[in-house]
Amino acid sequence: MNKFDFSNIKSKLQLLTKEDIEKIHSSAIRILEKIGIMFDNKEALKIFNENGFEVDLEKKIVKINEEAIKEAIIKAPSRIIIYDRNGKEALFLEENNVYYNPGSAAINILDIETNNIRKPTSKDLEKFSIIVDSLPYIHAQSTALIVSDVPEIISDRYRLYIILKNAIKPIITGAFTIDGLHDMVKMLKIVTNNELSKKPIAIFDVCPSPPLMWSEITSQNLIDCAKYMVPAEIVPMPLSGATAPVTLAGTIVQHTVEALSGIVLSQIVNPGAPIIYGGSPAIFEMRYGTTPMGAIETIMIDCSYALIGKYYGLPTHSYLGLSDSKIVDIQAGFESSIGIILGALTGINVISGPGMIDFESCQSMEKLVIDNEICGMALRLIKGINITEDSLAIELIEKIGPGGHFLTSKHTIEWLKREFFIPSEIIDRFERKIWIEKNHKDCIQRAKEIVEKILKENESKKLEKEKEKALDEIINNSFKKYGF
Amino acid sequence: MSNLILLNKIVKSIIDLNDKEVKELVEEAIKIGISPIKIIEDGLSKGLKEVGLLYEKGEYFIPHLMIAAEIFKENIERLKPLLSIEEKKDKILGRVLIGTVKGDLHDLGKNLVAIMLSINGFEVIDLGKDVPTELFIEKIKEYNPDVVGLSALMSTTMYEQKNVIKALENSGLRNKVKVIVGGAPVTKEWAEEIGADGYAENAIEAVKIIKNLLKKNDEK
Repeated sequence: MNKFDFSNIKSKLQLLTKEDIEKIHSSAIRILEKIGIMFDNKEALKIFNENGFEVDLEKKIVKINEEAIKEAIIKAPSRIIIYDRNGKEALFLEENNVYYNPGSAAINILDIETNNIRKPTSKDLEKFSIIVDSLPYIHAQSTALIVSDVPEIISDRYRLYIILKNAIKPIITGAFTIDGLHDMVKMLKIVTNNELSKKPIAIFDVCPSPPLMWSEITSQNLIDCAKYMVPAEIVPMPLSGATAPVTLAGTIVQHTVEALSGIVLSQIVNPGAPIIYGGSPAIFEMRYGTTPMGAIETIMIDCSYALIGKYYGLPTHSYLGLSDSKIVDIQAGFESSIGIILGALTGINVISGPGMIDFESCQSMEKLVIDNEICGMALRLIKGINITEDSLAIELIEKIGPGGHFLTSKHTIEWLKREFFIPSEIIDRFERKIWIEKNHKDCIQRAKEIVEKILKENESKKLEKEKEKALDEIINNSFKKYGF
Repeated sequence: MSNLILLNKIVKSIIDLNDKEVKELVEEAIKIGISPIKIIEDGLSKGLKEVGLLYEKGEYFIPHLMIAAEIFKENIERLKPLLSIEEKKDKILGRVLIGTVKGDLHDLGKNLVAIMLSINGFEVIDLGKDVPTELFIEKIKEYNPDVVGLSALMSTTMYEQKNVIKALENSGLRNKVKVIVGGAPVTKEWAEEIGADGYAENAIEAVKIIKNLLKKNDEK
């Protein structure tokens, strides 16, 4: 992908025109030049200062001009490959490739039997990681649950520790503390045989604080990711009407400002550091003061800023496939479907969200296995209609003629698996009679059984003994460090 | 090539749905003197069973089943003349005459039933689609089947099923043959109303019901 190039945008769904993108981009530049952005972090301010930016040290405001933005965008890689724990290429973050992973950092987990929530434990996260590894259309792990059985101060690294010990797929994660990131990188280095910068297996989310601020921790996380050459996903979270303008356009402008400021910092620290153009915006629910992730406007903002990321020629990310429902129900199904499908049509490279309900606060294993099917359908959708001489089947139609059938044609056998997405038992397509014989279960009951089946049939994929030992040591040290 | 290796090759080429190869291998098996019963049991039937298992596992689909059944049927036809009368009787569960009733051009469901029945060891006489009542009667007299299957996809043509049953009664054939009905608009209630012996929702069900009907027959 070229930088600043509209021909990068080959998305099947384009909510913004070329002119719209130009206007949003120039508005963002105007804000970065005139108003600037706040970095509540001494090192960040020092870096900007030393590199000739206009910095107000007292107000912690940095002004960034168009030239610096252009330079940063040009330096940032337009393609990032993420590897799995075995060192195999897994995610090719470029063009319109779409990969799904669960919504991360849930503070609750849903108990499907009672529909009550509870605090997740390490054991829950281990189970969760086994399920993710077994699902074909969930391509990456996330540190999905904030486990409650370890002290909060070390829970960021502890989540990663559990995933690394049990699962193979690449990981979308993030640190809650400055030290956390260093420990997490240490663990990743061990697992990758010290090849982390060459073969990254994890992506770190770094979130600016809207409007127009970077906290001390996230600024530092961003700087450190760049130093380590570890992929960082910039995740602005503007809230339309509350911490961003109520207009979707205004929210997208602010999102652009926050994302660009992060890209500039990362590229000054380490030119060429891998950066993903991400986000987790939402509209503000003006009646209840909540942050609906399943709102159509939230999804529209996601699908729009991703086009801007594509215009810049960067890999993109978004938070889609979540629902605001409190349980796994029809609302959970349709809100997640809309996000998963529109995100795929936009060609967003990393889509985080499946499994999540209750805004961004609760994970459900049952919803995750349902969402996996939606992801499978979305991936089929973006494969599109294959038009070739063979697929048009003129000769075959001629041969079969009026009144015949195609069931016993070789053509049918050759094409059926390529043409049809074959769902799991999550989706019911039986005749009513068979459905009744199979105890007339609804989708949620089936999901429950599939979760149980996956956990019965799959074990966690243990790490090599020496590596596991080395990870244990890091975790034990961090326990000691904080006096536990 | 030893007999066992050859038979296993037949199994494999049925699984691969390679009709040409199955045909060649069956010829070879006949030539080297493997008994036709053995070719059917340890070659063709075993292969078909494997295809059925792959279907159950979700690796194969209805088209695979149908192609395998066609290969099976074609080769059974080749071997049938070589079987003794006793063996023939032994091998065939029953004779089913099947067709889509008059005025109805839909035969996909009926074809599926015919194939599932062949897979399960029935001899199937398929009269095709748009079959007039008189032809059903004529062919029943000719073939003397154990079961007649009447298919109708449209609610307008399903009344023809009733007409066929009436015609069977009028010609004194009704007690000599079991009648099952099927098709999208057909229900269990309709089957009872028109005096059919059975009703099946789908092809797999049809096989079960026919097996049951014939079992009852034997018990009598």
